[in-house]
Amino acid sequence: MYDPTVARLTYRALLGKRRALILGALPLLLIAISVVVRGLAGADDQTASDLLGGLALATMVPIIGVIAGTGAIGPEIDDGSVVYLLSKPLKRPTIIFTKLIVAIAVTMVFSALPTLIAGFILNGNGQQIAVAYTVAALVSSIAYAALFLLLGTVSRHAVVFGLVYALVWEALFGSLVPGARTLSVQQWSLAVAHKVAGGDLVTSDVGLTTATVLLVAVTVLATWYAGQKLRTLTLAGEE
Amino acid sequence: MATINLDAVSRWYGNVVAVNGITMSVGPGVTGLLGPNGAGKTTLIALMAGFLSPSAGTVTLDGATIWRNTEIYRTVGLVPEREISFGYLTGQQFVLANAELHGLPDPGAACRRALEVVEMVEPAARRIGTYSKGMRQRVKLASALVHDPSVLLLDEPFNGVDPRQRLHLMALLQRFGAEGRTVLFSSHILEEVEQVARQIEVVVAGRHAASGDFRKIRRLMTDRPHRYLVRSSDDRALAAALIADPSTSGIEVDLAEGALRVQAVDFGRFTTLLPKVARDHGIRLLTVSPSDESLESVFSYLVAA
Repeated sequence: MYDPTVARLTYRALLGKRRALILGALPLLLIAISVVVRGLAGADDQTASDLLGGLALATMVPIIGVIAGTGAIGPEIDDGSVVYLLSKPLKRPTIIFTKLIVAIAVTMVFSALPTLIAGFILNGNGQQIAVAYTVAALVSSIAYAALFLLLGTVSRHAVVFGLVYALVWEALFGSLVPGARTLSVQQWSLAVAHKVAGGDLVTSDVGLTTATVLLVAVTVLATWYAGQKLRTLTLAGEE
Repeated sequence: MATINLDAVSRWYGNVVAVNGITMSVGPGVTGLLGPNGAGKTTLIALMAGFLSPSAGTVTLDGATIWRNTEIYRTVGLVPEREISFGYLTGQQFVLANAELHGLPDPGAACRRALEVVEMVEPAARRIGTYSKGMRQRVKLASALVHDPSVLLLDEPFNGVDPRQRLHLMALLQRFGAEGRTVLFSSHILEEVEQVARQIEVVVAGRHAASGDFRKIRRLMTDRPHRYLVRSSDDRALAAALIADPSTSGIEVDLAEGALRVQAVDFGRFTTLLPKVARDHGIRLLTVSPSDESLESVFSYLVAA
C-alpha cells in the first residue's frame, strides 16, 4: 500500500524551495502573533482559545492542508511528470495512499506543531487548550489532506477551489450559516478537541460520534475516489 | 517478441477527431511514426502507452488490452516528449527512482546498466537542471530502459537535440531494434525517420496515410508531381523546350511574377533535363525554386493518393 520511492519523490517536490517558504511562513506568523499577544495581554485562557480557534484551526490548518494536499499531486499532473509514476506496474491506489500519508505528515508538521507551540506561548497549556487545539489540528490535517489530494487529482484549479473551500466555506460561511457547520472539517475536529479539553472553552456544533463518523467517511471516500480517478487519468500531450 | 496492435482505432475529443480509424501493427524492429505536427502522433503514442482510452476500436499488446492495464508497463518503456520536471534531482537519483518504482530486485544495478547504455554514467552525478537537451533525452531514455523492456515508445525523441547527440540516439534505437525489441518513435522529419526505421507509418490529420519500408515511402514522396518556379533569360523559349519532354506535364507563364510555373511528373529526370535544355538553347537560368516542398504539401499528396 505504501511505496517509499513515491513518498521520497513527493517529499522532494513538496518541500522544494518555494513551497517550503509558503508552508513555513504561516506557522511563523502564528507563533509571532502569539508572542506579541502574550506580551501585551498576558496569559489568558479565553484569548488563547480565540486565537488558536480563529487563526490556527480555522485559517492556518486548511491553508497548509490545501498547499500540501493539492501540492502532493496537482503540479505533477499539470506538468505531465506523473507519467513517470504511472508508466510503472504500480497500483494506482498505492500511489494515492502514499501521497496521502506524505500530505498528512507535512500538514501535521506545519500546522499541528506550531499550534502546540503557540498554545504553550499563549497560556502555557492552561485548561489543556494547547493540547486540545493540537489534537484538532492533527485530526483535521488527515481530512484536509485527503480532501485536497482528491481535489488536486481531479482539477487543474485545485489550489483556487481549495482556498475557496477553506476560507469561504470553513471560515466565513460556517460562522454565518449554522447548517454549514455540520459539514465542516473544522467543526468535526473541534468536537474531538472538546472531548480532550473538557470545559466550555472549546466547543463544537457537532457531536463527537457524528464528527468521528464524518471524518472517517470523508477521508476514506476521498482517498478511494482519488485512486479511481488516477486509474483512468488521461495524458495526451498538449491537446 | 512483442507486438502492439491497433484495430480500427479512433479517438475524438468532443467533436474534434484526433485519430480516425487507424489499423496498424507494430512489431519487433524500429518503426517510425511520421507525420506533420498535429497529425495525431502523440495521441497514438498515448493510446499505445495506456494513457488514453480509444473512443472506438481496440489497442492491444500481444492480445492484452492496454487501457487500464498496469501490467503492460513490465513490458513497455515510455519516453515522453515533455521535458523532465525533476530538475532538482541528479540523473542518478531520477533513473534509480524509476528502477525502484518498477519493483526491480536490484534497482541499483539496473540503474547503472541503463546509464551505461546511454553513456550517461559520468554526468549522472549532476542535477538534471544542468543538462543539455540531448543529455536530458538520454536520461529519459535510461529511465525507460531500467526494466529491460521489450517495447520502447518514444515521442519525438530527436526534437531539439544537437546533431552529434542525435546520431548517438539514432544508433541506440537501431541497436535496440536489432536486439529484437519493438521500438516505435514519432517524428515529423522524413530524413530522420528513414535513417533509423525499418518500417514507416505515415499519419496525416489523424488518418493512416501510408505504410511501408523507407524505400516505398521515399518513392511515394518523390514520385508525386513537383512544382517549380523558374526564371530565365528567355522564359517562353525555355517553356517550349521543356514541354517537349515527357518529364513535364504542364507549364504556365506567370506574367505577374515574370516567371514560369512548371509541373514535373518525373522528379529525377526533370532535375537533369532542366540545366541541359537551358545550356543547349543558350538560356540563362536565374531562379529555380521548388514551390511546394513544405512537408504539409508532401503529406497532403500522400493522403490524396
